[in-house]
Amino acid sequence: MSGGHSSYTPNTGIEKWVDARLPLPRLIYDSFVAYPVPRNLNYAYAFGGILAIMLVSQIITGVVLAMHYAADTGLAFNSVEKIMRDVNSGWLLRYLHSNGASMFFLAVWVHIFRGLYYGSYKAPRELLWILGVIILLLMMATAFMGYVLPWGQMSFWGATVITGFFTAFPIIGDPIQQLLLGGFAVDNPTLNRFFSLHYLLPFMIAGVVILHVWALHVTGQTNPTGIEVKSKTDTVAFTPYATIKDAFALSLFLILFAYFVFYMPNYMGHPDNYIPADSLKTPAHIVPEWYFLPFYAMLRAITFNIGPINSKLGGVLTMFGSIAILFIVPWLDTSKVRSAVYRPWYKLFFWIFVANAIMLGWLGSRPAEGIYTILSQLGTAFYFGFFIIIMPLLGLIETPRRIPNSITEAVLAKTKSGGQPAGVAAAPETKG
Amino acid sequence: MKKILLGLAAAGLGTMLAFGGGAFAEEAAHNAAEPTHFPIKHPEQMKWSFAGPFGTYDKQQLQRGLKIYKEVCSACHSMKLVAFRSLSELGYSEAQVKAFAAEYEVKDGPNAEGEMFTRKAIPADHFPAPFANEQAAAAANNGAAPPDFSLIAKARAVERGFPQFLIDIFWGQYQEGGPDYIHALLTGFGETPPEGMKIPEGTHYNPYFIAAKSLAMAQPLQDGQVTYDDGSPQTLAQYSKDVSAFLMWAAEPHLEDRKKTGFRVMIFLVLFAGLLYVAKRRIWADIEH
Ligand code: HEC
Ligand code: HEM
Repeated sequence: MSGGHSSYTPNTGIEKWVDARLPLPRLIYDSFVAYPVPRNLNYAYAFGGILAIMLVSQIITGVVLAMHYAADTGLAFNSVEKIMRDVNSGWLLRYLHSNGASMFFLAVWVHIFRGLYYGSYKAPRELLWILGVIILLLMMATAFMGYVLPWGQMSFWGATVITGFFTAFPIIGDPIQQLLLGGFAVDNPTLNRFFSLHYLLPFMIAGVVILHVWALHVTGQTNPTGIEVKSKTDTVAFTPYATIKDAFALSLFLILFAYFVFYMPNYMGHPDNYIPADSLKTPAHIVPEWYFLPFYAMLRAITFNIGPINSKLGGVLTMFGSIAILFIVPWLDTSKVRSAVYRPWYKLFFWIFVANAIMLGWLGSRPAEGIYTILSQLGTAFYFGFFIIIMPLLGLIETPRRIPNSITEAVLAKTKSGGQPAGVAAAPETKG
Repeated sequence: MKKILLGLAAAGLGTMLAFGGGAFAEEAAHNAAEPTHFPIKHPEQMKWSFAGPFGTYDKQQLQRGLKIYKEVCSACHSMKLVAFRSLSELGYSEAQVKAFAAEYEVKDGPNAEGEMFTRKAIPADHFPAPFANEQAAAAANNGAAPPDFSLIAKARAVERGFPQFLIDIFWGQYQEGGPDYIHALLTGFGETPPEGMKIPEGTHYNPYFIAAKSLAMAQPLQDGQVTYDDGSPQTLAQYSKDVSAFLMWAAEPHLEDRKKTGFRVMIFLVLFAGLLYVAKRRIWADIEH
């Protein structure tokens, strides 16, 4: 890992010259070429790299879109349509950017679920996890403000509903809302500041991503067994092993991305956003983008007052709490075993958690009435129960399965039972 | 691997049960005389030349649709984002587009004397709106302004429901909810409302209308109303299909380009992924993992 020795040896004169002054090539070599990664990583571990590429893609398409976009309530909708109709390949840029946001979130959800499954948040990776949750929050803010920019009906009403949440807070609520809106209702000042922030936040995300990767390279990656790297035979060099595997995974992900962009570009959007914003006409159902739906369901699940907290404030606290709780997950999990592979009960509850999250997503798209509300309430209870009750309790009462002594042992045991020739423990480092 | 699959299966089952319960609940809330969920009837799924990965617009059909728009709908509905010049994509020559534009008058100015004036439209102009503003449009139409047509085919789609919306992703790549809706709406006027249903004055019952049981537009098209010069049947069914296809083109003029580019991109990505896979297999060949 870093902190240790560096295996970079500058060969040419110019490499030596640079290395003595600003060892950037050394940093890159140590981080992305010689960097040792566990040899048993599966494809769930490819999503970090995919996320990095998606961020770059959003920034590039976004910057070009911004050259043609006009952040003015009278012009915004038509400027986006001008991009779609008259700018060369403008339709492609715009569909890449809007579907890119969805794919970005798809990847981040898988990435987070991977972390929950393999216990990636456990010591010593707490800060790495927390930085990830900060990235998630920034992404949510970015995507929410981006969705307002085309100034369609859902843009306008989504912004109205979401900024309205803040009024639930006593005393500070109204000033916060007015600060966000730049006035008393969603209007031109809102659009202008959202555009400014939508341009800014992705670069802040990039900054936090650098910290995230730094923290990763200090502790090293986890792996499906959850056992820390112990010897050289446990790892392979990042290049070519992880590079080629990540590249392959990325190419599959890009196929899915392209499939939506070219064949179903409006599948993940809402038709109402092709209607220009109209402050006098409220859409029948105001729904956020699909990647926010589970949180929207939890917001609306709180239909009752809890002591001094009215249902509106309760809903907002629940929604913010559902993300905030992720910050303390490293300390909620009391298990000594890291990976769900060796935790039969945790594994079961994990998959129920996944199913529950999907169900909440679907409920978020339904009107808040009747059976939907009851299901949302049950789903919300399970969501929080998973973190607050199941996680701490299981760690104390669950009997984990036997854990191999090392990654190498686990890998060799697997190939042996799979009936393939086991061979001697190859010394993978040689290829690096 | 097996464990993960089992886990996924269990997750899927749980979700499905919940979906089933919810769908059942929605069904139960239905009341024929005073429905609360719209549209009352789901649009029929039509066959469109532009559907699917290799879909293309049928230029003849678009030309017929344009004729209907021009002769019927344009009396009430604007189409502000569409320029006359883009009509060349329907197969018209430059001279034909020029002549077509010249049939319209647009406001321009101010001239050197500071006066606004009207002139004949040129290909760079957009379709002029039939009403001066939204208020005038609403006043002339029972209080409901006819929506602009530039994007209507993408601005309307009836929810497909579970599990159809998942099937739609890979089976059929369904993106034609807009034209299906418009077609259903235009052909759905003749039906009699269920017993006991009250239809507000000045509105017309249509079970396919997405927002209510009736709308302010009366049936705009009837059999034989528009004369076709390519021998196509002059029926409501045909008119409705043609104008819906035309509106899809108006909303998504680069659809063909998109699908064509998409095919090339897909071929490239699949080959690229294949090569990467082979390379990955070779690199990892001597390493158990
Ligand atoms: C006499 C004026 C008039 C004509 C002609 C007319 N419409 Fe309309 N149309 C309206 C009005 C008014 C509405 C708004 C109805 C409402 O919202 O209640 C409307 C609404 C619509 C809608 C939107 C329904 C929705 O989901 O909101 C469609 C689609 C439509 N018209 C299609 C057509 C087509 C296609 C034609 C030409 C064949 C046409 N109309 C001709 C007046 C007209
Ligand atoms: C974290 C990365 C980003 C995410 C998740 C994101 C998300 C979004 C979303 C969801 C939309 C609405 C899309 C639509 O429905 O049309 C949008 C629009 C937009 N974004 Fe971004 N964006 C990101 C980065 C950027 C960057 C770096 C820029 C550069 C300035 C940018 C510029 C724009 C512009 C101009 C629009 C309006 C045009 C349009 O709607 O297509 N975005 N963004």
